[in-house]
Amino acid sequence: MTRDVWVWAEQRQGRLLPVSLELLGKARELAPALGGAPAAVLLGHGVEEAAGELFAHGAEKVYLVDHPLLALYQGEAYADLLARLAGERGPEVSLVGATALGRELAARVAAKLGTGLTAHCVDLYVNEEERLVQVVPGLGRGTLWEYVCLRNPQMATVKPGVFPVPKGDPGRRGELVRVPCDLREESLRARTLEMVEEEPAGVSLEVAEVVVAGGWGLHAAGGFEPVRELARILGAAVGGTRPAVDRGWIPEELMIGQSGKTVSPRLFVSLGASGAMHFTTGFLGSGVVFAVDQNPGAPIFEVADVGIVGDLRAVLPLLIEELRRARGGSAPAE
Amino acid sequence: MDIVVCVRRVRDGAEPGRSAIGPLERHALEEALRLKERFGGRVTALAMGSPPAGRALEEALAAGADRAVFLCDARFAGADTLATARTLYYGIRRLGPFDLVLCGNESATGATGQVGPQLAEFLGVPCVTHVRRLEAPAPDRLLAERALEHGHMRVEVWLPALVAVVKGINTPRLPTVWGIMAAAEKGITVWNAEDLGLDPHLVGLEGSPTRLVRERKTEFGRRREIFAGPPEEAVRKAVARLKELGVL
Repeated sequence: MTRDVWVWAEQRQGRLLPVSLELLGKARELAPALGGAPAAVLLGHGVEEAAGELFAHGAEKVYLVDHPLLALYQGEAYADLLARLAGERGPEVSLVGATALGRELAARVAAKLGTGLTAHCVDLYVNEEERLVQVVPGLGRGTLWEYVCLRNPQMATVKPGVFPVPKGDPGRRGELVRVPCDLREESLRARTLEMVEEEPAGVSLEVAEVVVAGGWGLHAAGGFEPVRELARILGAAVGGTRPAVDRGWIPEELMIGQSGKTVSPRLFVSLGASGAMHFTTGFLGSGVVFAVDQNPGAPIFEVADVGIVGDLRAVLPLLIEELRRARGGSAPAE
Repeated sequence: MDIVVCVRRVRDGAEPGRSAIGPLERHALEEALRLKERFGGRVTALAMGSPPAGRALEEALAAGADRAVFLCDARFAGADTLATARTLYYGIRRLGPFDLVLCGNESATGATGQVGPQLAEFLGVPCVTHVRRLEAPAPDRLLAERALEHGHMRVEVWLPALVAVVKGINTPRLPTVWGIMAAAEKGITVWNAEDLGLDPHLVGLEGSPTRLVRERKTEFGRRREIFAGPPEEAVRKAVARLKELGVL
């Protein structure tokens, strides 16, 4: 048994997802307090190069399972392998990125091991009893709930963008543990046939330096257009709240918050959103938060650096004009 | 095709005109009814919780489910996703053999998306989550399109299996007057922990490996420089401040 902190290294077509490196950075921070080492589990085919990147970003061990049938995510096989490895090696903690695949995988592995799993973690730390504390947004303004897991491995999922990607050091080396695998095609009762990757349209929310998001309050200002206009001026990505999705202003994949995306841009602009916890947890890591709303008591102002209280119909046109001037009067990009 | 749909109850159902079934579970139910229309069989709506039952199961029956089962026991309260999945598993086991379990990808409240895969693990069947399109080329095989962050996967799955659906897979039908009348005759079966042969230590809070240990207020550490008053002045001051902070 080890006291290691594991991270599932999610790769798609051999490329590691940034969230795996983000979690590795956190694992490096947690491992000393637990008396273990940060380690990554990498499943795939012909993905050994990714192991180097994992070492560079802090993994001291990489468990590599290489098999042609593992090239694409195969739910049952991936879960079997991860659970079997965890059963043999006994990590203290196992972290998984909350991607579409990671959420399924982590849940299945936790059920196999009969252990707990906490979703939506915004922070992780080790307490005096040397247990992992999993911090998630609670109900109500600024409330956080702290969970612990009574069994091992203590498992948690974390959304992309919650933790920063640690600086890599290409000179760093670690121990590569090759894990044998005798998977047969007949044993796959669900089989991923192909993966189609699509380029996101416009500036991608996850990597944008500036994000402009809108909420339900915009209905008073005639709709969502001011958000798009400001985004054009600032070269920003567009996002929004759940009510903005429900009104059909933006597609679901642009939703920010607990059940949507987590973003950490240099500047986050919120227009007409009151600041429900489900929304604000999606941008807590932003550099500067700028909020505009008509309700002076709106909780959005508790999480804002700079804010304007006022009638959106009056404020937004003035703001658009002022920001266009501030950006040197540059013409819209489109 | 014998299909079980996991139905989550929502509090909104207390309001007239609002559905008592969670938004994604309505899509799961619709998908089940469509498969039954094509292949025949039976649709069972399954809900779990502590009393009261609420209207969700009646609504499922009115929409066309053949039977409804409520796993109801005060001891189920406080369950985390593992204890929830375990309880649902015992319910499905008591129902007998099935071809397909359909559920919403995630609840509208907790939104963990964990119960589906955990239930599949207890049932010992494969699962596909984030499914936005489902085809059934044969009664024992499905082709699912699983949505990814940027893109999708095509997954072939042999039954029995569990499929968790996302918004957009279909448009749920509205209950008809005929359906509502028929629902009243079908009735709802209620089972508690003993009926399921389920050790009460394995359900609810006691059967949950995760524990809430502390609630605290967070300090966001934001500047909170809020400008009010005449819009021209507020806008000018706010933009000047953003410039000073070096983000424009």
